[in-house]
Amino acid sequence: MTKDECKNAVIAIIADIAPDEDLSNLKPDVRLRDQLQLDSMDFLDIVMELRKRHGIEVPEADYPKLASLDSCADYLTPKFDAIHAARRAS
Amino acid sequence: MNTGAHYDVVIIGAGLSGLSAGIRLAHFGRRVCIFERHNAAGGLNSFYSIAGRKFDVGLHAVTNFVRPGVKGTPLGRVLRQLRLDRDELGLCEQRQSRVAFGARGELALRFTNDFGVLESEVARAFPGQAGGFQRLAGRVRATSFSPDSPALSARAVVGEYVSDPVLADMLLCVPLFYGSAQENDMDFGQFAMLFQAVFLEGLARPFEGIRPILRLLVDKYRKAGGERRMSCGIRSIVARNGRAAALILETGEEVEADHVFSSIGAVETDALLVGGGHEAGAGPGAVPGRVTFVETMAIFDREPSQLGWGNDTTVFFNDSERLAYAVPEGQVDLRSGVICIPNNFDFGPDRRLAEGVVRVTCLANYDRWAGLPEESYVADKKNWFEKIQASARRFQAGAGGPEVSVGPVASDMFTPRTVERFTGHRNGAIYGSPTKNLQGATALSNLYLCGTDQGLLGIIGSMLSGITMANRHVLAREAQG
Repeated sequence: MTKDECKNAVIAIIADIAPDEDLSNLKPDVRLRDQLQLDSMDFLDIVMELRKRHGIEVPEADYPKLASLDSCADYLTPKFDAIHAARRAS
Repeated sequence: MNTGAHYDVVIIGAGLSGLSAGIRLAHFGRRVCIFERHNAAGGLNSFYSIAGRKFDVGLHAVTNFVRPGVKGTPLGRVLRQLRLDRDELGLCEQRQSRVAFGARGELALRFTNDFGVLESEVARAFPGQAGGFQRLAGRVRATSFSPDSPALSARAVVGEYVSDPVLADMLLCVPLFYGSAQENDMDFGQFAMLFQAVFLEGLARPFEGIRPILRLLVDKYRKAGGERRMSCGIRSIVARNGRAAALILETGEEVEADHVFSSIGAVETDALLVGGGHEAGAGPGAVPGRVTFVETMAIFDREPSQLGWGNDTTVFFNDSERLAYAVPEGQVDLRSGVICIPNNFDFGPDRRLAEGVVRVTCLANYDRWAGLPEESYVADKKNWFEKIQASARRFQAGAGGPEVSVGPVASDMFTPRTVERFTGHRNGAIYGSPTKNLQGATALSNLYLCGTDQGLLGIIGSMLSGITMANRHVLAREAQG
């Protein structure tokens, strides 16, 4: 998975959680919280949707790694790849 | 006894809080079942039909209304957490409301969904108090309702900002009638929540009242994979080793669950517990509430505005020098109450309700209704119906003019006895126990409260109660490993 694909997966989740937010001009290097009105309940939902849709576990200690789209891509892309690899293997 | 199913989560009660908790948990893959004693969902906010006419119970208005684009409020949080589109709720705003004090409501404060209206009304009627009122509103804005807030008397805090006791009563009147289980006072956190919900945010209603909200939630819950058993109450909750080990249904079946949410009230949940180790009970310090109401519903063949009701959507009235929000000595307290005119929400130019509706709610005494033999119960209802509707007419916007006397084409009335029968709330106490359990935790490690006795108020508040309790006790815990 490319980092752009990973960012799109995160944006798709945010679009479902917060359909009232405009996601068309998100800056990848700026904290999501500084661009969008997202509270801690919304972040919890991003984590749970990652697990539900993609089987990705994000331990609480790693929540700061979901701060911006860039940091999401850096952190989540290897996890997506690992899951895809495991699926191919099985 | 049959050994039945095992669920991840069982929820007792298909009211707004139970359904909302169920949607969250089912959405995130939990196997959930909601057990509801009645054949209809809704609990305290439901509806019934008589001769083809639908009557709403509970819902006067959806509080917490904000227009699209206003973020970070309870309504927005509920929509996001339940993945609802706000258009699905179809909320229509109120036209205007009043707090009307005095024998004919001559001292009145108008309010709308624009807080500026109330600000200027306070400045007009109480010029010396305007600054204090502003500072009180600032304090309310800065108050976030958290399970860990210390208890404070709302009356004491309001008194720090507003020195005129009549204005203090007028401001307390709305939050008290819309949510206080205590007599004459309430917790400041709850006051702030309702002040915000009604004055800083606003009132609205779907065209068809509570029904589309319930339909929406039931549908969402079903699509998320949640199960429901209607007309199936819980006979007991079996406590074993500090846990709710099993639930015995009224049918005798036994059901097990990892987590149990009860929305039926703290003392009402306590009453279901059998077995050992639950002495601390479902709600620490919970006692049955005593504050209860009667409500009359009069149906007319014309718009209430043609009967002198003007544009008023709700009117909170009190004819006495001071407000007595307390259990009356007699069956009903006619001095104060809430009038709701569902026709006076702004449904747009092309839609109006088929009939005129005037609902009036007054404080009542459970004991004076509970024990009556059927014959006198029916006679008393009829008698009070007339008195309550007449008492309310004193507060019509055009009061003093010629009274239009048109009788209703249909009517109904519910009493504390009806409330107890249909909600299971002890003493018909609509707002439950005066002591709330904000954390929702109980003496049993896997049994939690949501709904009225958890302490969030109103339609949006009930939904938020189910959401936050599901998050706190199941989803967040598991997400954090």
